[in-house]
Amino acid sequence: MTPQIAIVLSLLLPVVACPIIALVGTRPNVRDTVSFIAGLLTFGTVLTLLPYVQSGVYPELSLFDVLPGVSLAFKVEPLGMLFGLVASGLWIVTGLYGVGYMRGHHEVDQTRFFFFFAFAITAALGVAFAGNLLTLFIFYEVLTLSTYPLVTHARTPEALRGGRIYLGILLSTSVAFLLLAVLWTYFAAGTLDFTPGGILAGKVDTPALYVLLGLFAFGTGKAALMPFHRWLPAAMVAPTPVSALLHAVAVVKAGVFTVLKVLIYIFGIDLLHDTGASVWLMYVAGGTVLIASLVAMTKDNLKARLAYSTVSQLAYIVLGAALATPLAVIGGGMHIVMHAFGKITLFFCAGAINVALHKTEISDMRGIGRQMPLTMFAFIIGALSVIGVPPMGGSWSKWYLALGAVDSGQLVFVGVLMVSSLLNIAYLMPIPIRAFFSKPAPSRQDHHDGAHDGLTEAPLLMVGALLLTALGCLVLFFCAGPVYRLLEPIAR
Amino acid sequence: MLLEHLPILQIVVPLMAAPLCILLRRRERSWAFALVLSWVVFAMSVVMLQRVLTEGTIIYSLGGWPAPWGIEYRVDAVNAFVVFLVSLIGAIVLLYAPRSIFAELPDLRANLFFTAYLLCLTGMLGMAMTGDVFNLFVFLEISSLSSYTLIAMGTDRRALMASYQYLVMGTVGATFYVIGVGLLYMMTGTLNMVDLAVRLQPVLMTNTVLAAFAFLAVGIGMKLALFPLHLWLPNAYAHAPSMVTAFLAATATKVSVYVFVRFFYGIFGAGYTFDQLGLDRFLVPLGLAGIFVASLVAVFQSNVKRMLAYSSIAQVGYMMVGVGLVSVTGLTATLVHLFNHAVMKSALFLAIGCVVLRLGSCELEDLRGIGKRMPVTMAAFVAGGLSLIGVPLTVGFISKWYLVLAALERGWWPVAVLILFGSLIAVAYVWRVVEIAYFHEPTGKTAQATEAPLSMLIPVWILTGATFTFGINSTFTVDIARRGAEILMAGLAP
Repeated sequence: MTPQIAIVLSLLLPVVACPIIALVGTRPNVRDTVSFIAGLLTFGTVLTLLPYVQSGVYPELSLFDVLPGVSLAFKVEPLGMLFGLVASGLWIVTGLYGVGYMRGHHEVDQTRFFFFFAFAITAALGVAFAGNLLTLFIFYEVLTLSTYPLVTHARTPEALRGGRIYLGILLSTSVAFLLLAVLWTYFAAGTLDFTPGGILAGKVDTPALYVLLGLFAFGTGKAALMPFHRWLPAAMVAPTPVSALLHAVAVVKAGVFTVLKVLIYIFGIDLLHDTGASVWLMYVAGGTVLIASLVAMTKDNLKARLAYSTVSQLAYIVLGAALATPLAVIGGGMHIVMHAFGKITLFFCAGAINVALHKTEISDMRGIGRQMPLTMFAFIIGALSVIGVPPMGGSWSKWYLALGAVDSGQLVFVGVLMVSSLLNIAYLMPIPIRAFFSKPAPSRQDHHDGAHDGLTEAPLLMVGALLLTALGCLVLFFCAGPVYRLLEPIAR
Repeated sequence: MLLEHLPILQIVVPLMAAPLCILLRRRERSWAFALVLSWVVFAMSVVMLQRVLTEGTIIYSLGGWPAPWGIEYRVDAVNAFVVFLVSLIGAIVLLYAPRSIFAELPDLRANLFFTAYLLCLTGMLGMAMTGDVFNLFVFLEISSLSSYTLIAMGTDRRALMASYQYLVMGTVGATFYVIGVGLLYMMTGTLNMVDLAVRLQPVLMTNTVLAAFAFLAVGIGMKLALFPLHLWLPNAYAHAPSMVTAFLAATATKVSVYVFVRFFYGIFGAGYTFDQLGLDRFLVPLGLAGIFVASLVAVFQSNVKRMLAYSSIAQVGYMMVGVGLVSVTGLTATLVHLFNHAVMKSALFLAIGCVVLRLGSCELEDLRGIGKRMPVTMAAFVAGGLSLIGVPLTVGFISKWYLVLAALERGWWPVAVLILFGSLIAVAYVWRVVEIAYFHEPTGKTAQATEAPLSMLIPVWILTGATFTFGINSTFTVDIARRGAEILMAGLAP
């Protein structure tokens, strides 16, 4: 299989699965098997691209002109390779988890759910492999629209409101700012291709660079930079598998990935470093890191707390991009993977608690460690990884981000990273501590599963999935080397 | 031999067919006749577009009388494209006609309806084709009078009022046009467009020509529903039969936009119109005002057809901003949006026509849960709506891209920003329908509704498919539009 075919296949497989999923929708087992097989095949196809990228050959493919002169083009470079692997790999795990969740939670319209889920994966992979800004923008918008039915899956008035905020913020920022930035770039540089070293040097003068960077950074609403972060907590009305894969991995990472990619391949980190155009962005990102962590502490709803935690963690990656030193950029890239595994584990746990015990508020979760020891054990691992404690993967990315901050002489951001880690501890660790060490709250009523102390784990598929991603957090600590080596070329 | 006479056949065939259609009393027969005719017309337009693209401008002198004495048809990339568009929509809409129009109007005299329809088609094709400004007036009247008739056939009596309103405004517009033409004739003694462009040069700065300029700008502006001259449009579109609305929304204003650019770029010349008289300083603000006002009004409509009608006024605003940007890119945006908007808006009106067939209404309130009952129809509606917003992979995105690019080229940053913000208002009105259609359980009439018949869904999806096809790969449309834009920028005067 040539790498070009692999690119096309990896984009097509999930979409091809969509109509099949719709056709066999009446037979849940067949449908979910199709979904799972599509996931496996997609991941396998994406994996075949890895050796090329590792050896420094970046497969390229240009399909046709969307607009005369600007084609629908793909180029798999290290950052996109990494994002593609994470998105398609975790899709398989989430697929398994989703089957357990949707059935355990007796959700309706499961066929529609799996249909748009597959669609969203294609969009995420399209973002990952995009070879120019237009292609990236196209898939970025497809991702927004294909996840809207997932966010509003419950079709309740709350879902409707959440959906409005979700679509409202993501569409308006992308149309009003990002599209303008893309057009401006095209007008100034005459091309939209992602080019190592950037395409804007000498094309846009320094004051305008500030504005253009602002349009890109805030236009990428999916990166959830404050004050355009409200959509992320609003999206938590979605079923938990959606929150887990899309709002901890695919969608939000598509956002920060876009920021990284634009800063590296459109602006070029040298240009940013020389002009200092991204210094203000560091402060916005640093502010988002701290404020979102503080807000997270005030949230009693577990998913809401995780959502704000995500906002804060995404800002790490934006910070890495804005620091614009090789180590910071690599740290930002690594954080895409590390945070993905940590946060998806936490979301999986939240969903498992919801399915098994019907609890969503943290204050109700006292003593649940006795009922769900495996889940809560995985929660600890995920939390430690998000905090950045060895031996979890998350420690590496924070390490490189801090080194990058030192490199660029912005020591204040080393402080931000440290304070933020403390805040992470403060809002994440009480949850497992309470679960294991507090006495269960006296049950208010004889709820059919909340009252007894016996083991009440979620369905096997869900527990298996969350243990797997927790294991991933651990493995990534020891396998950070290959990730680093894969990303190294982007900083050159 | 026959190929040589293609430009005139394009007009004469539907013109002669119209009276013949009266003779076919059985409604199915008159429909079948009109259908065959419209597809023949479409086939001719394809051949002609092909020829224009390969061989360049085709000049045809009526009756062998050379211009400027005789009437001349002058087909270049601009009007071949418009003719192609009008006959394409004209042909597709007729596929949809029988189930829709016979159900909406049970005691319709179909032979008269299709006669009026063929005349309307003839008028629009003639307006696009002719190279003679008075001949253009004749066709303008043919298309206007027949479209008043078509609108008046609407389901309830409000259609009569709407038609009357349109008749008054349309007549004022046509009168202004003919006054303008008269003044030009007074100064130059010619009606041929190319000849006019040449002979106007020495007298451009006279008061008579200035008056003609003003009459023409307002007159044509009225026909193309330039804000604030759009008042006839919402009622006419809301109360006309569904298929008529789809046809007129896709063609009537578009042909008028063509006439506008032909006059002000072709005959008067961009240098006179914009550099000396500064028409762009009016067009861009009016276009932007149209985008914002009409889009905002659309958000508060309770009737979906009316909502789409206001959206049409806003879309005309985009086209006029493109005209006012005075560059090849700006005109490319306008011309490509002529096509793009025609395709998506007719798809939307046809889709809502399917809903009208099943529910007998297109009030937003009555559409609760319709997404569950008519999934195929509503999917097309959502797709068309996305294109109105200008989401990538749809044709709406292509138009927006060129329009913003043209604003950037001219250095008019605020215009670029306003265009993008204006397109966001479309999210609000499209999503009102989406939320009603998908977030409620079907109740009342919607509970019994079933999917529309295949003969209606096919035309809807042909147009929806085109919305995506030319949005994913816009080379075909943009290339033609760019060639047209270059011709227009150069002007008619040699």
